[in-house]
Amino acid sequence: MRKIMYRDAICEALDEEMSRDENVVILGEDVGVNDGTFKCTKGLREKYGDLRCKDTPISESGFIGMSVGMAIAGMRPVPELMFNDFALVCMDQICNQAAKITYMSGGQTKLPMVIRTTMGAGRASAAQHSQNLHAFFAHIPGLKVVMPSNAADAKGLLKTAIRDNSPVIFIEHKLQYTQEFEVPEGEYTIPFGQANVVCEGTDLTIVATSTMVRHAENVAKELAKDGKSIEVIDPRTIVPLDMETILKSVRKTGKLLIVDEGHESFGISGEIALRVQRDAFYDLEAPIMRLGLADVPLPFSPALEFQLIPDKKKIKAAALELL
Amino acid sequence: MKAEEKKQLAKEFYTSMYRIRRFEEEVFEFYKRGLMPGLAHLYLGEEAIAAGACRAVGPKDYIGSTHRGHGHLVARGADTKRMMAEILGKGTGYSKGKGGSMHIIAMDKGILGANGIVGGEIPIATGAAYAVKYRQTDQVVLCFLGDSASNQGSFHESVNMAAAWDLPIVYIIENNSFGISVDIHRVTKEHDLAKRAVGYGIPGVTIDGNDVFLVYETVKKAVERARKGEGPSIVECKTWRWQGHHVGDPATYRSAEKTEEWKAKEPIGNLEALNLLKEEEIKEIRDAIDAEIAEACKFAEDSPYADASEAYTDVFSE
Repeated sequence: MRKIMYRDAICEALDEEMSRDENVVILGEDVGVNDGTFKCTKGLREKYGDLRCKDTPISESGFIGMSVGMAIAGMRPVPELMFNDFALVCMDQICNQAAKITYMSGGQTKLPMVIRTTMGAGRASAAQHSQNLHAFFAHIPGLKVVMPSNAADAKGLLKTAIRDNSPVIFIEHKLQYTQEFEVPEGEYTIPFGQANVVCEGTDLTIVATSTMVRHAENVAKELAKDGKSIEVIDPRTIVPLDMETILKSVRKTGKLLIVDEGHESFGISGEIALRVQRDAFYDLEAPIMRLGLADVPLPFSPALEFQLIPDKKKIKAAALELL
Repeated sequence: MKAEEKKQLAKEFYTSMYRIRRFEEEVFEFYKRGLMPGLAHLYLGEEAIAAGACRAVGPKDYIGSTHRGHGHLVARGADTKRMMAEILGKGTGYSKGKGGSMHIIAMDKGILGANGIVGGEIPIATGAAYAVKYRQTDQVVLCFLGDSASNQGSFHESVNMAAAWDLPIVYIIENNSFGISVDIHRVTKEHDLAKRAVGYGIPGVTIDGNDVFLVYETVKKAVERARKGEGPSIVECKTWRWQGHHVGDPATYRSAEKTEEWKAKEPIGNLEALNLLKEEEIKEIRDAIDAEIAEACKFAEDSPYADASEAYTDVFSE
């Protein structure tokens, strides 16, 4: 299979959807002339024109709110929020408006919009450009939350997101943009709410999100050499969340480790753990464990930053503890 | 304007303003009788703005509304039965009781939504204007906002973009001087808010918002400009809300004399003083509206609440 960069897979999805549906419009900071801060909109302004790939002023509330209005008026806007940290500047438009208008209107209006944004620590970007706010979004009813962990999923999930009739927060990981992945040629979509069983196993289940999936997969490969059989599950979408696949796995392995780059407290690991203990309590052979970001703002210096982020070494240690 | 046209308009304006007036009076009654859950922000005293501005656009145009939005919807021709039912939280309301007074959305009338967040509707209305420009239809958007919303960042961000890209939208500031209890004169240096238009490079005009003909003519000009692709305008309408911020607010923070002064120059009285309509014509309009509003109230009171299961639907769209 061909290998392409994550950012190019995103761009392909956008290009295909724009050519498929003239209602799909991109807007945001630096998405046009500059091809996007992370080069995910490369060439799209040239191909589709200024109005369909619009450089906005630095007005997050303004252009996210405009996207809400465009969606109500029947378009499919795909605004880019450069960093998910910037979502905090426009939470009214995301949480009070986009998430609630369909409900408050009693279903009179659909709200098809995809906010593409980025998460992730590990780039020495300090506390306002490194956050992982997916649990924050997932807490608000009315928003779908997608976290692709590789380029192939990113492409298929983004195409699904653009065709969805509800607001979607599509969270790309900054560390992956220039990584190469196998991506199928041609047209395909990936449904929401369908977890990916990355590798099958019988001794331990690791549920991992975003970049943590690859770390978990590498741990599984390493421990396989010692005869340990680890199943790695990537939920791919947090809302909707495919609990069925997770529960099926835990019932088989009896042990669960959740690895997520969000802050450990009040995040999705707590949510998944609660649902597992509720629905698979008698299948558990050990307490559920989790790894997340320590509950402190992210520091600038790599010397301080990396100790806070879950990685292969930490996942392996936690896995061994459970095994 | 020809005399005949003026007379016809006067009739329409009277009907529209009186319909808003009666609607709001009955909302207040429902509140006082304990039949309305929550609160409502009444449009009493500001009727000329909605009536004049909404007459200046066509059925395909869009309207962005506010927490004080009943007047915009009524002027737009929304169904007063379904509106009143929504305000009482009934299943027959526009949103099946999920939105209430502050969130009456009537998509069939181009109402993009009334909004519970001050200034929240401004970027949304601006986005609809972007959609219009992109599709190259000749629609326009009227975006209503209060004086206090003009101090939200969303106003600046939206007007700046609308101006930069010549979007077909008219921002109508309903300046009633107060943001709940705070007098705009205490928190803003320049009190003619339309002057801000200069900073965006667009036209801005401040007018008497209680003169329905003036509102109509001014907004019409701005709408024509927008339709021609020449971009947005700001129309600031000075007015006064008779009641407090909402039905439960006695408005002790402002002088009762000022309210009496404004009541003496209220929109419906202003129109009557023009002597364009005969007494019997006025009576005819009033009787018809009184009957319509009574029917709307009865419909709302008699309507059932939605089934409890309704609380769980419409979170996402299929």
